[in-house]
Amino acid sequence: MVSREVLIEAKGLTKKYDDFLAVDHIDFEVYRGECVGFLGPNGAGKTTTVRMMYCFLVPTAGELTVAGLSVKSQCREIKALIGLAPQEDNLDPDFTVLKNLTVYCRYFDIPKEEALKRAEEQLKFFQLEEKRDVPILALSTGMKRRLIFARALLNQPQILLLDEPTTGLDPQARHLVWDEVRHLKKQHVTIILTTHYMDEAQILCDRILIVDHGKIIEQGSPAELIKKHVGEEVLELDYDEKMIPLLKEAFPQSRMERIGDRMQIFTDQPHGVFEGFLQQHKLQNVSIRNANLEDVFLKLTGRGLRAE
Amino acid sequence: MTTPNLRKSPAKFSIPHLTYRVWTVWHRNLDVFIKTIKVNFLPSLLEPILYLVAFGFGLGGFVQNINGQPYINFLAPALVAIAVMNGSFFECTYASFVRMYFQKTFDAIVATPVSVEEVVAGELLWGATRSTINVTIVLAVIAAFGLITSPLFLLVPIIAFFGGLMFAAIAMCFTALAPNIDFFNYPAFLFITPMLFLSGTFFPLTALPTAVQALAMTLLPLTHVVNLCRGAVVSTVEPILGLSTEMLLLVSLVWLIAVTAFFFILAINMMKKRLIA
Repeated sequence: MVSREVLIEAKGLTKKYDDFLAVDHIDFEVYRGECVGFLGPNGAGKTTTVRMMYCFLVPTAGELTVAGLSVKSQCREIKALIGLAPQEDNLDPDFTVLKNLTVYCRYFDIPKEEALKRAEEQLKFFQLEEKRDVPILALSTGMKRRLIFARALLNQPQILLLDEPTTGLDPQARHLVWDEVRHLKKQHVTIILTTHYMDEAQILCDRILIVDHGKIIEQGSPAELIKKHVGEEVLELDYDEKMIPLLKEAFPQSRMERIGDRMQIFTDQPHGVFEGFLQQHKLQNVSIRNANLEDVFLKLTGRGLRAE
Repeated sequence: MTTPNLRKSPAKFSIPHLTYRVWTVWHRNLDVFIKTIKVNFLPSLLEPILYLVAFGFGLGGFVQNINGQPYINFLAPALVAIAVMNGSFFECTYASFVRMYFQKTFDAIVATPVSVEEVVAGELLWGATRSTINVTIVLAVIAAFGLITSPLFLLVPIIAFFGGLMFAAIAMCFTALAPNIDFFNYPAFLFITPMLFLSGTFFPLTALPTAVQALAMTLLPLTHVVNLCRGAVVSTVEPILGLSTEMLLLVSLVWLIAVTAFFFILAINMMKKRLIA
């Protein structure tokens, strides 16, 4: 973190619909220059929280300030500082790629020539130059996502809200988005990211907030969370009842979990503890891997499927 | 994430706070209009010609003079008024709904410093502009047929803009309530079509029972736009309900201004309630 200036602050932030608490009295802070990931299953309250940040949803209770401005009364000022790449495609199908960007600049009071300059720059970076004069309908999903990202940068935002920016992208396009996020981090742009991809969060985020049922259930850097909740390494093998006593004996401190016809054993011991066991027992389909954020996520939010 | 059935939070009814940013929304719609101008132009041009030929010359040959003038002269200003109504009503129902619901254009704009109120106001002003453009075309057609007999016709674009704004605002209230696009069949058939025939358009209101005349004068916005257009284009308006021509025009003017202001504010509030939860 570059500095500890609080840029976004929520206190008791709550969003309630009829009989459903989407966001339940949450507190959090985001510091300038940080990249913070909101992770959570579908319906956890991630998008609702992000939408309150740019005044698209009005909080039911609590406080939310962005750069010291209240979302209750200073929306226009807040929105001038924010770049938003929403989940859904809301590009303007009535215009070409370039015109989408220049018209969007107009909403930010960016003068015409400057708008054209910025639009061309973004098209170049996101490798959409060839599509400059093409209608939106002719773009692939990946190109649309890139254009949405490009559009979010037109007002040179201090805060970038990325709501599932890489959903549906091919690996090439994902890496392009990640490169841009890293580039923006270097320029001290504060980034809020929601994602379902744990590798993405692990790579990009300085800090993770895990949200479930409208509450923040855990937060910390990816490394901290992995160390705290999962440990160092994971042994994966086929489920076999006969193995359980042997494993319990060999790794008495370790957490064991069965998922379908596989088992996972987690250890916080230094690397190498599983190797000896594997030499004693000849087993098929075994792997040892580093613990990761996905393990943390599944441990904390469970394996049950959520309503879409 | 799927958001559960939204009950909107209590956005308080208020007089909208609008800035110049309204015009950025208006400008967006103008840009689209210019791009598709050929498609937009042709129907507005053909429709009044068809009406004039079929009803003015065709049917008109069998109709006696109204208020001392041939039927086609009676009809011409009504075609102007109908263009005022259709222009903005359909723009701010079907077209606005498509932008709001299918294209999510409003969602994209409200993430910028432009407010929801300004988005809706921009749509309304654009609707009024559509009416004005359509009316200008109709005016050119009836001028070509030699049917303009008053220099006051120069006021018609102004009447068209404010009359258009009124229909835009009424339309936007329906849009704020519409669960899907088929919903607009209700106002189109239960509101627009009856108004098309019962507002002194194709025959004088005085041909109807007094009670219906009174209803048309109190409830049907098109009646007042017809009165004003007739006053401006041919300068003879048949008295209704014992009101003299001058009084009638004054009543229509005041009615139009009051109702436009009312629905303008109502439409913005209703849309705000729908869009910002």
